Amino acid sequence: MAIIHVENLVKTYRVAERRPGIAGALAGLVRRHYREVRALDGVSFDIAPGELVGYIGPNGAGKSTTIKMLTGILVPTSGEVEVAELVPWENREVNAMNIGVVFGQRTQLWWALPLEESLRLIGRMYRMSEADFRRNLVMLTELLDMGSFLRTPVRQLSLGQRMRCDLAASLLHRPRILFLDEPTIGLDAVAKLAVRDFVRRLNRQQGVTVILTTHDMDDIEALCSRIIVINRGAILLDGTLADLRAQVSHDRHLIVDLADENGDVSDPDAVVFRRDGRRVHLRFDPERVPAATLIGRIAARHPIRDLYVENPPIEEIVSRLYAEEARSTGSARQAEGTQR
Amino acid sequence: MTAVLPLARTLKPYVALTGARFRVLLQYRAAALAGFGTQLFWGLIRVMIFEAFYRSTTVPQPMSYPQTVTYLWLIQAMLLLIPWSIDGELRAMIRSGGVAYELLRPADLYWFWYSRALAGRIAPVMLRCIPLFVIAGLFLGLQPPASVAAAAAWLLATGGAVLLSCAITNLLAISLMWTVAGDGAMRLLALMASLLSGSIVPLPFFPEWSQPILAFLPFRGLMDTPFRLYTGHLPPEQVFGVVGHQLAWTAALVLLGRWLLNRGTRRMVIQGG
Repeated sequence: MAIIHVENLVKTYRVAERRPGIAGALAGLVRRHYREVRALDGVSFDIAPGELVGYIGPNGAGKSTTIKMLTGILVPTSGEVEVAELVPWENREVNAMNIGVVFGQRTQLWWALPLEESLRLIGRMYRMSEADFRRNLVMLTELLDMGSFLRTPVRQLSLGQRMRCDLAASLLHRPRILFLDEPTIGLDAVAKLAVRDFVRRLNRQQGVTVILTTHDMDDIEALCSRIIVINRGAILLDGTLADLRAQVSHDRHLIVDLADENGDVSDPDAVVFRRDGRRVHLRFDPERVPAATLIGRIAARHPIRDLYVENPPIEEIVSRLYAEEARSTGSARQAEGTQR
Repeated sequence: MTAVLPLARTLKPYVALTGARFRVLLQYRAAALAGFGTQLFWGLIRVMIFEAFYRSTTVPQPMSYPQTVTYLWLIQAMLLLIPWSIDGELRAMIRSGGVAYELLRPADLYWFWYSRALAGRIAPVMLRCIPLFVIAGLFLGLQPPASVAAAAAWLLATGGAVLLSCAITNLLAISLMWTVAGDGAMRLLALMASLLSGSIVPLPFFPEWSQPILAFLPFRGLMDTPFRLYTGHLPPEQVFGVVGHQLAWTAALVLLGRWLLNRGTRRMVIQGG
């Protein structure tokens, strides 16, 4: 039984357009021109309890629009959504008890109040008893290592500390589902690791279902068992990381450190795509040439200090996926144009 | 007892929000001190104007001179009850999109904002009115309430004024959902509220023909009627009419506000993302 069910979700916005210049501004006072923008165009997916799903896509792809509809703060143009068997925007207040949300770019804490008071206020908003609040606060303080700044006003916290506090704030009422909208944005490496580690433990140990939107592919690699890639309001891919790699390309990278600074590497089955000093980056397709064969051939012909094989970084894969999609819709549009 | 508990549970988020906001606002002591100075200064000028007026006039006036001076000081003490501003925090939230978090709470948004408005009205008025009562009462001609009954009637009507003021404040906040930058409607309403509540010139001094209109409009319930109960210009038994007028308008404005807010959240595109 899915904990989140989304079917054929569509959201169109009407955007007021203004022609440039003073004349345009005046015309806009009399009659406005609207343009329809389709932010979501028939998105469907199901998420099972306990999944940790990465929801990724470029800016403006429709990620946040989806999250806002799942949390009940935005009403779709058409389509169905059920979150823990409720239609979020029709049962916004009940749905709120089931979910926790963190928008990485904003805080839900009160700048002027000490952290503990901010959290207590949030606990009361969820009508928690003092005993439940205490218990959860103690647990979250330990897990997120917040003990040293519980009494500090929120405005004095560093971004990394604040993000941990926002996580705590969203989990106080023990929601079954957690939405994280760019939870690591702007954080330094250590803080990112702390957030990831916490989210992973929350998911594994407490079975909280997590939906994560991010631009940081390391978040995805570290956390997500499943990813949904969205662009221009439609799903491009829904599967595992391996599925994503397989769909876009089978390419692997072979990185070779040459013994000789001015040496050169060439092979009929591999392409050099980057060179920094002694280090040469080659791209190859393991279905055409097995890695062992390629390494054997190169090592036999060139003096080599070191070498290793890696998967292309996920950023590259995703950007290729977007580019492919743009190309195919571009050509589809052209075809449409010639038909007319 | 069993009926009280669920009510307490229902009200918990709202009480908590008012309390927290109240505590934050009480921290703004410097602003209150500056406001106290300004209000004292304007109060003195007004009292002087009316003193000159009473000395030069030959016809009987609608209120006695001591009643007028007391009315003027009460204006200065309670000035921030006039709904001429929106909670700055709420305004920033609507602008930045942080309002999304408010919608994510298991609470009714209208009453949530109303709780905020309650704190936003009561805290600054309290900070300013207490020193003003002391100074104006000791040295500047503010008289005590006309009687014990008058004091009770005034307190009751002040409660009604707070409820009414918050209903208007909420309307202003809700209007921001349509015009993020537009303060136009807000300024107009604030101006109307300060003129028609009697905070510029006491309402009994308005021309005869305007009195029925003033009596109908909600704004007098913010200042005029509570103050006249205080001075005894309205007898204490009129408190029921006064509070009835305040509550009827409050109910009407709450209904209007809820209807607008419902429409607003349906069409709202939360900024950003």
